Amino acid sequence: MKVLVCVKQTFDTEAKIELKDGKIADAGINLIINPYDEVAVEGGIQLKEKKVVDEVVVLSAGSDKAMDAIRTALAMGADRGILIKQDTGADEYARAIALAAAIKEENPDIILAGHVAADDGSSQVPTRIAEILGLPHINVITNVEIADGKATCTCEADGGTLVAEVALPAVISSQVSWNEPRYPSMKGIMQAKKKPVTTADAVAADNKVKIIEFAMPPAKQAGVKIDDEPDVCAAKLADWMLNTVKIEVK
Amino acid sequence: MAGTWVIVEQRDGNIRKVTYEMLSEAKKIGDEVSAVVFGKSVEGMASEFAKYGADKVYAVEGDVFAEYNTGAYVAQLAAMIAEYSPNAVLFAHTFNGRDFASRLAQKLEAGLATDAIAVELSAGRGVFTRAIYAGKAIAKVEVTTNPVLATIRAGVMEVAESAGAGAVVKPAIAATAGDVYQNIKSFVPTVSARPDLTEAETVVSGGRGCKGPDGIKIVETLADLLGAAVGGSRASIDSGWLGHELQVGQTGKVVCPNLYIAAGISGAIQHLAGMSSSKFIAAINTDPEAPIFNVSDFGVVADLFKVIPTLCTELKK
Ligand SMILES: Cc1cc2nc3c(=O)[nH]c(=O)nc-3n(C[C@H](O)[C@H](O)[C@H](O)COP(=O)(O)OP(=O)(O)OC[C@H]3O[C@@H](n4cnc5c(N)ncnc54)[C@H](O)[C@@H]3O)c2cc1C
Ligand SMILES: Nc1ncnc2c1ncn2[C@@H]1O[C@H](COP(=O)(O)O)[C@@H](O)[C@H]1O
Repeated sequence: MKVLVCVKQTFDTEAKIELKDGKIADAGINLIINPYDEVAVEGGIQLKEKKVVDEVVVLSAGSDKAMDAIRTALAMGADRGILIKQDTGADEYARAIALAAAIKEENPDIILAGHVAADDGSSQVPTRIAEILGLPHINVITNVEIADGKATCTCEADGGTLVAEVALPAVISSQVSWNEPRYPSMKGIMQAKKKPVTTADAVAADNKVKIIEFAMPPAKQAGVKIDDEPDVCAAKLADWMLNTVKIEVK
Repeated sequence: MAGTWVIVEQRDGNIRKVTYEMLSEAKKIGDEVSAVVFGKSVEGMASEFAKYGADKVYAVEGDVFAEYNTGAYVAQLAAMIAEYSPNAVLFAHTFNGRDFASRLAQKLEAGLATDAIAVELSAGRGVFTRAIYAGKAIAKVEVTTNPVLATIRAGVMEVAESAGAGAVVKPAIAATAGDVYQNIKSFVPTVSARPDLTEAETVVSGGRGCKGPDGIKIVETLADLLGAAVGGSRASIDSGWLGHELQVGQTGKVVCPNLYIAAGISGAIQHLAGMSSSKFIAAINTDPEAPIFNVSDFGVVADLFKVIPTLCTELKK
């Protein structure tokens, strides 16, 4: 069996966001694998270690820079990579079309992804890929068991824990609490340089969503800060909660 | 073209508050507002939606809809969209809503704006405001396909009552058991007497400064006094003091309650991503330099173990 992991390269979560000429400035920003996708890569590698699958392929669509995300995944332990060259302005629809075309050629048994990208926060691409390929999709998983051609997933649903089973092949999207991604070892980093990565151009697809503008969120007004005896702090905080926020006490 | 549709989010008849938020927002647009509700037997809920302005209620009933499942729900909604041609369809940005909307969008080869915090709809044009980079920037996007599809973040839109006719429409059923591809083995609700984190009016969160389960107890006592939800920073979740579903932040839940109280939380950028759009923010932290104070309306530099118990006594007065 083969697992394919979709990894998106995103800004470091610590990155300071600024606008330049109406666009999000990317100069000097440290790029990382989307944290959820890192968990998916780890999940794929663990499936290989448990001998559930025998190959882990990573797939990324983006600019040449996305090669770094692929190499990092290879250094963690994935076997080979595919880089689909695509304008980073491609929307979720266009990205899903490009990724699905590459996945179709690979014909994996399990497709792993993150459930959301930390940059645009869309939560769309894996579901769209599943629809294009006519496959089931299970979202926000915190665990998966593979047996008898089926995936049994534990998911963090709203208000509770859902356990759902789907037939393979299937698309499965991770929650960060699934596992703790490993750091690439020195040996892993060396080996990654020699692992095969193929590149191809993205299948053309038009965006269905148009960006009108980017803006910065309204700056928060600095509030009151008191540094006093605990009793005084508590009394003032209670007063603020009751009279400014107007909370109700049960 | 037939107005704005709001997809109801419910489980076993418990309607999520975001449904009312979406109905109230849709009403402002001025077009006809319809609630679309799926379930085994849902007609009885119609009057609930009329109260918040629903002119029509599409009651989609059948065994195959008893529980949310992507295949049947998408097949059914796609058929209804083809029949009734709504201008816009709004979903909740929830576990089910995201899945439903994304799958439907791809089936219709359409655009979708997810996690919208503001909506502008006019003459079949839909422009949405979205928080990107975990709230560090804002993007305004236009969905250029029809109908206009979006998922809406819970807690940002005001609920307003306004009478609608609530006329029940029973659409033709297009989905069959053959459309279901997920076998739901179990759903175990989180047992908690507290409100849902993303729906609560007040959230009290504890961080590493709570130092352990005893500190978390103090936070919980305050939460219960306020009828609030309890949340946590990643530090307190990773330490095992709180369940993962209670993490607030970039890789946890995004909350926008009326009041957010951060106790023993430093205010790392990834935590701020999940709570900085709250209406009021209070922080209790021993470090006067803690970044949480930069986003707080009311900050107290003090030991949470001393302040919170006294605060509880003060509030009870
Ligand atoms: C990719 C990524 C994603 C992340 N996602 C999230 C996320 O979703 N949510 C999240 O929260 N974090 C997230 N983090 C982690 C984040 O960077 C911080 O490490 C985390 O938020 C710190 O939690 P904390 O504020 O509880 O702990 P600390 O930063 O250790 O702060 C503890 C605070 O408690 C104060 N304190 C100590 N004793 C007391 C006392 N007695 N009374 C009052 N105050 C006291 C201290 O002054 C300090 O400010 C993420 C990190 C990464 C890299
Ligand atoms: N350009 C991309 N290349 C590879 N995977 C992607 C890309 N965009 C999105 N994905 C996958 O889809 C998930 C959700 O992304 P999004 O829908 O953008 O929030 C990510 O966590 C990735 O696994």
